[in-house]
Amino acid sequence: MEAVIDTLRLTAEDAQGLVEHKELSPAELHAAYRHAIAQRDPELHCYLRTIEEPVGEGIPIALKDVISTQGVETTAGSKILAGYVPVFDATVAERCKGAGLTLLGKTNTDEFAMGSSTENSAFGPSRNPWDPTRVPGGSGGGSAAAVSAGLAPWALGSDTGGSIKQPSALCGNVGLRPTYGTVSRYGVVAFASSLDQIGPVAKNVRDCALLYSIIAGRDPRDATTVELPEQVTLPTDERLDGLRIGVPKQVDGLTAIEPGVRAAFDQAIARARELGAEVGECDLPLSFEYGMACYYLVAPAEASSNLARYDGVRYGTRVDGSTYREMVERTRDAGFGPEPKRRIMLGTYALSAGYYDAFYGQAQRVRTLLIREHRDALDKFDIIATPTAPTVAFPIGDKAADPLAMYACDVLTIPSCLAGLPGLNVPCGLSEGLPVGLQLIGAQFGENTLFRAGHALEQAIGFDTVPTRYR
Amino acid sequence: MAITRDEVLHVARLARLDLRDDEIEQLTAELGAILDAVGKVAELDLSDVPPTSHPLAVVNVLADDEPHASLDFDQALANAPAVDGPLFRVPPTV
Amino acid sequence: MAAAGAWEPVIGLEIHVQLKTRTKMFCRCASGYGVGGGENTQTCPVCLGFPGALPVPNRQAIDWTIKLGLALDCEIASRAVFSRKNYFYPDLSKGYQISQYDLPFCRNGTMIVPTEHGDHRVGIVRAHLEEDAAKTVHVGGARGRIGGAEISLVDFNRGGTPLVEIVTAPDIGSSDEAKRFLQLLRQTIVELGISDAEMEKGTLRVDANVSIRPKGSTELRTRCELKNMNSFSYVARGIDAEVARQIGVWESGKELRQETFDFDGASGTLTPRRSKEEADDYRYFPEPDLVPIEPSAELIARLRAELPELPATRIRRVEQALDLEQSMVLVSGGLDRLWEATVAAGAGGKAAANVIANNLVGARVDPSAVSPGELAALISARDRIPRQAFDQAIGKLAEPGFSAAPYLADEAVSDEALLEPIVDAILAANAAQVEAYRGGKTGLLGFFVGQVMKETGGKANARAVNDLVTKKLAG
Ligand SMILES: [Mg+2]
Ligand SMILES: [Zn+2]
Repeated sequence: MEAVIDTLRLTAEDAQGLVEHKELSPAELHAAYRHAIAQRDPELHCYLRTIEEPVGEGIPIALKDVISTQGVETTAGSKILAGYVPVFDATVAERCKGAGLTLLGKTNTDEFAMGSSTENSAFGPSRNPWDPTRVPGGSGGGSAAAVSAGLAPWALGSDTGGSIKQPSALCGNVGLRPTYGTVSRYGVVAFASSLDQIGPVAKNVRDCALLYSIIAGRDPRDATTVELPEQVTLPTDERLDGLRIGVPKQVDGLTAIEPGVRAAFDQAIARARELGAEVGECDLPLSFEYGMACYYLVAPAEASSNLARYDGVRYGTRVDGSTYREMVERTRDAGFGPEPKRRIMLGTYALSAGYYDAFYGQAQRVRTLLIREHRDALDKFDIIATPTAPTVAFPIGDKAADPLAMYACDVLTIPSCLAGLPGLNVPCGLSEGLPVGLQLIGAQFGENTLFRAGHALEQAIGFDTVPTRYR
Repeated sequence: MAITRDEVLHVARLARLDLRDDEIEQLTAELGAILDAVGKVAELDLSDVPPTSHPLAVVNVLADDEPHASLDFDQALANAPAVDGPLFRVPPTV
Repeated sequence: MAAAGAWEPVIGLEIHVQLKTRTKMFCRCASGYGVGGGENTQTCPVCLGFPGALPVPNRQAIDWTIKLGLALDCEIASRAVFSRKNYFYPDLSKGYQISQYDLPFCRNGTMIVPTEHGDHRVGIVRAHLEEDAAKTVHVGGARGRIGGAEISLVDFNRGGTPLVEIVTAPDIGSSDEAKRFLQLLRQTIVELGISDAEMEKGTLRVDANVSIRPKGSTELRTRCELKNMNSFSYVARGIDAEVARQIGVWESGKELRQETFDFDGASGTLTPRRSKEEADDYRYFPEPDLVPIEPSAELIARLRAELPELPATRIRRVEQALDLEQSMVLVSGGLDRLWEATVAAGAGGKAAANVIANNLVGARVDPSAVSPGELAALISARDRIPRQAFDQAIGKLAEPGFSAAPYLADEAVSDEALLEPIVDAILAANAAQVEAYRGGKTGLLGFFVGQVMKETGGKANARAVNDLVTKKLAG
């Protein structure tokens, strides 16, 4: 049976228009996505669970499974949370409901959002809609693949070191990691608190901006949120006159960047010039040299503490023992997969007596320098541009055995995350038939600038977000 | 930067992970390699650089001392692996 | 005292005070145990540590911590930070306690404890704010002790209640001094209105770090920690017991091991706690879910203006009229203000102190509800009016509109002519006791006086009766 609605092309904004003009009922809309899911998700495994009976009368949305949904199992891709049904909604889930959005389902993620391929999910990997033998990126591979394959008009992801931007790049859609503090983390299963941000994944920049406007703003339940200094504006400009774009000179020397990715990126920069942007060179030496090291100390340290609550006492799975301690140790050993264990170990070590100053303490000082370095660059430029990921989607299993190779997937997304800055992925072409992403980094609270630039480039580039095999 | 098996065991105890022998062996190797990579931060002389624990320069975010509704106890216990009446049940602590 | 001879104790205290805020430290569940419904009814995703839940600090708790710091003459941090203290226990819902580490609210304070030898200054190393753990009950054990428990049950109602932790310098030299320090600290806390500070209810908890050293030396030897002492007297007795134990260890030529003990006040025994399998390594780091607190100068000035006069100053003032012990009793009991007003209203200092510290406290009269003028009138007439009338009046002192006048009119009988026949009758009726008294059992005097008082319905003047009975027995 052929669906009446082409979910592969339908944007959320268009869907909203159809519903508003009564050309389509919310129920029909929901059914169309359910149909697409039934067709394509058995292969792609974007969803960990879907909702049979839609609640609400609006545009459907998919939520990454780190976002607590009242009454709907939330596992963060981990066995240790299998069967956990939150008794409360995350603030972002509540705001989506408040805006009339209807939950389609919960999308797959690397366990506790730790990973760059979704292969670390305890419930099996998701697959890239452009080539199902390849990864969709991660940790938000489920959300990105779902949007790309027409299994949701848009979705929410979470980004600690690139988990929205990188999968969006690998799946060919638009993803925003917002400025730290603009979106509430309340109810989102924590990975690294000083880095985690929740953000939209969509087919285009306008949808992305629209969803961001729904979720953003201060939440009294999250002490690390602030009011947006300016309202979100949906971009309309097709020109980039006066916009200053800086390309870090270190991009040239980064051999990890595949030639095809470099070519697509260079083309995108050339397009920006044609649209009137002033492109220059900026300098982020410490970010490129020490960003990864800093991140892989700060994030695991915070994670080791955030994951201490999984002790088998109040929720989640429990493996029994004759003493409390034995129960906790067995529960955690059986419940966590290899990547969370690795990071818990690494973080515990970095915080432990005798090592704090050399590792965690030193990383916090490096973080200060990265923030300064980005601030200096963004004094001269409105936007910093790099490729989002050094490579296109890689085959499932390729990097699974080598943690450091996997960590390197985020070399370009990590530094601005440490600096708390917003980043937008915009698809900018294909390499070997697979999407390449352009990363635009803005100043703190500079989302509107990113939307404006992303939208103009998106129009000029004309990237077709529908995976070739579905056209 | 090598990490010894004993250090791995110590850290596993701190983190309450009852690791199997093969896991200990693999983690000793992997953590050694990762620590080599991240140990890079020690190259920099940062004695006069202040640490950043938060990318947001905000202070004094507080709440007033006004009670809100709590959960019903059945909601509090809804996900508990083991309960005893209105209490969470765990194996003995000693 | 155990600290006799060649040794002197070196004592530092760690005190936890549960603040009486309406809500918990980091969530807005109603605070305080025993309040409201049953177990686990004052809980929410935050204090249960549900995935994704986040803390938001209680402004009132922070203000009160700063206020206490000011009362203890501390420096208040211009930038205070909450940190995570990581460890596992079933009563800790997140696997870490939100506490403070390198940037506490209060530092470098002093509490003055007046002594016979002048002011003793006890250094306050720090006072910080943290969240309390939940309550774990161990059940099913054969002997009902923790070690024999078969299961542990957890109630999170108390989990997340604000606690101030006060750490003193090892400046305390005896169990007596420790007790005195604690009494004054408690009174300060109560007067600040920030906690009930009752050890029996667990809203004030005291741990003691005890070591000893050769008298006069400045060396620091191994110290042991005492926990679980639930009254000031037990703190003092626990310290004495531990000092005696340490003297025994050192004098027998052995080395003292660093240990933690539970002191059982009832039996006076010290029980070592099971030592942990690995050394404490709490992996403190700044709590990334919270932002720093920078108390404003205006806030600090406002809180400072609200401070009551400090106990040490008050003790020294009261001591002008009384001795140190009495002054201590009045001030640490919060009775000195009534005493001062009563003296100002004409009562004698010693008599007023006796009546307030003994009769009023014994009759559980709320000192704040007493009219000093009426009390002074009553005290001045104490020797003149019947004992019974006086006691009755004391019991009614706190009643609204109380007037001493009706009781003052009631004269006690001291007329020998009236008392003599009664005394004679009593002596005659108790010939055996009279013989015993004359044989040397002078302790029987009270018996005869009591009989006479009973016979007169409490209306006789006790002193007059006493004199008369003594005279008759002698004669
Ligand atoms: Mg403490
Ligand atoms: Zn609560």
